Amino acid sequence: MNYKYHPTIDGFYGDFGGAYVPEMLHSNVAKLRDVYEQIMDEPEFKKEFDELLRDYVGRPSPLYLAKKLSASHGCNIYLKREDLNHTGAHKINNTIGQILLAKRLNKKRIIAETGAGQHGVATATVCALMGLECIVYMGAVDIKRQAPNVARMRMLGATVVPAESGSKTLKDATNEAIRDWINNAEDTHYIIGSAIGPHPYPDMVTKFQSVISEEIQSQLQEKTGKDHPDYVVACVGGGSNAAGAFYHFLHDDRVQLILAEAAGKGIDSGESAATSILGTKGIIHGCMTLLMQTDDGQIVEPYSLSAGLDYPGIGPMHAHLITSGRAKVHAATDDEAMNAVISLSKDEGIIPALETAHALAILERIDFNKNDNVVICLSGRGDKDLNTFIDYIGQN
Amino acid sequence: MNRIRQIIEAKGKEILNVYFTAGYPTLDSIVPIIKSLEDSGADIIELGMPYSDPLADGVTIQQSSEQALANGLNLKNLFESIAEARKTCTIPIIMMGYFNQLLQYGIEDFLKLAHHNGVDGMIIPDLPMEIYKRDYQALFAQYNIGMSFLITPMTSDDRIHLADDLSDAFIYMVSQSSITGKKGDISNQQRKYFERINNMKLKSPILIGFGIHDNATYRTACNYSHGAIIGSAFIRALKDSKDVTSITKSFVSDIRG
Ligand SMILES: Cc1ncc(COP(=O)(O)O)c(C=O)c1O
Repeated sequence: MNYKYHPTIDGFYGDFGGAYVPEMLHSNVAKLRDVYEQIMDEPEFKKEFDELLRDYVGRPSPLYLAKKLSASHGCNIYLKREDLNHTGAHKINNTIGQILLAKRLNKKRIIAETGAGQHGVATATVCALMGLECIVYMGAVDIKRQAPNVARMRMLGATVVPAESGSKTLKDATNEAIRDWINNAEDTHYIIGSAIGPHPYPDMVTKFQSVISEEIQSQLQEKTGKDHPDYVVACVGGGSNAAGAFYHFLHDDRVQLILAEAAGKGIDSGESAATSILGTKGIIHGCMTLLMQTDDGQIVEPYSLSAGLDYPGIGPMHAHLITSGRAKVHAATDDEAMNAVISLSKDEGIIPALETAHALAILERIDFNKNDNVVICLSGRGDKDLNTFIDYIGQN
Repeated sequence: MNRIRQIIEAKGKEILNVYFTAGYPTLDSIVPIIKSLEDSGADIIELGMPYSDPLADGVTIQQSSEQALANGLNLKNLFESIAEARKTCTIPIIMMGYFNQLLQYGIEDFLKLAHHNGVDGMIIPDLPMEIYKRDYQALFAQYNIGMSFLITPMTSDDRIHLADDLSDAFIYMVSQSSITGKKGDISNQQRKYFERINNMKLKSPILIGFGIHDNATYRTACNYSHGAIIGSAFIRALKDSKDVTSITKSFVSDIRG
């Protein structure tokens, strides 16, 4: 079998990926590249990772057949309940893996960027667990709109540093984290929260998240007698929950892969984060991918009501899946996502994260057959978005 | 031989390479700053192409870049300004920018235009040496644009030799593992690193940059190399200045001491 959706040794997925980092980061990134697979394959590492996922995170996460949602779309819709993980989203799968890796690299200090705050909380949590110093960079705008997560990070002992440059959102928080890493290259590990950044991060994050699709395989087998769905649907900011939900199906052509991007106020409104649709090939945060930029190569500030999707780029694996036709993309606006939050809450008794709601909102764009098994990665719960929901419902 | 290297080798020491962000503090300050740097006796000019996401830069260069972009700087008016300055100035000009800026323009088109307008070299901190060597070295040579690669205290000997082979202008020795704009003295640890690199007897001339901000740090850098690169300190001096010409003159004379 030709694994054409896995990266080359240099971290390229087709034309995308690689490690375009300044020399100041070269030795750190190269060290990670040289050891990450070896460390991840050690039986001791696997054992520790699996035990923590089971006993601390609460895995496996359930696969739930959502009956009303299924009826309204005329197919079988299963929700992969990453929202039930400890800390409320898929993000912790990756931070558990990376903190174990950081310990083996003898790093004393952990930094992270965060948008919605879910990755920041997941990083602060594992740092508390392991007794490591934790600094989280977060855009000043996001600090306001995701206040509960800021409070959680602080309770967990992390220092939250506002990123005041640019649009003051996820892109700028990521810039600040990278600059911190340049200044503290020797003692610090940078836990990137999505399938973005220089090689080996996209592959490493994808592999830690791939527990999602591994569980989907066995859970579906049990429930349907088939080990694969007809569709997997996931929202995409940088692309970690999507990468994890897709991983074991990447080379299985029976499975259609669907990504949901944030259209913000509309794809052509000038206030959007529909990265793959509006983006062109270029470099952001150390990797070649699709990103929103001007003709002069200046990165454009995106917009989405959801802080976790408010990012101008997309992970390089997804750029390759999309441009090669393996994955399809649909975009949902703020309003469509909010409506999806409200419907899922009323119909299924599950309040999803605003990010996740984009994956629910695009279902109506797809023509499902009656017997199709559709898995949606329910990447997180909506508690953190309560203020946004209250404001939105108040205004509408 | 690349013209930048010729000039460094002819003088042999105390090279002063001054960086400024094109379009800062104002759009029309590019030409007067270039002229004034040449008149004041700077040896090389490093012209920063302002970028939205300058990962290797500290807050001073970030803010000057934001300001320059807000002032309306783009590649078109930048090249026009360089062409204008070239009518009278002969000082070597290096453009410093991030790889995405060249990629979007088209690498060959960019190099053609740079060469045509009198640019002598480039510094692209996020273009890995391996990719340059494989994909672009021949093209840069064709348009006679000299490259300078960065080395840091963490760069391995193998990579230092690679930088030595690939840099046809000079080796950019980053004084410490950090982003641009650090203040403070040069530590013993830094001096040891400078000595270690000197002892490697590289074939390329070396300029030291990052954190060089006054006469003392400039002198120290010159003791261990062919000279120094100063950026953030000059940007700080230009902040809010009405008369960039006189600020530039007094800045260069303060640094030279
Ligand atoms: C619940 C949830 N889903 C999705 C995302 C988007 O990230 P990714 O595309 O890496 O899964 C986030 C990011 O903060 C999130 O919190």
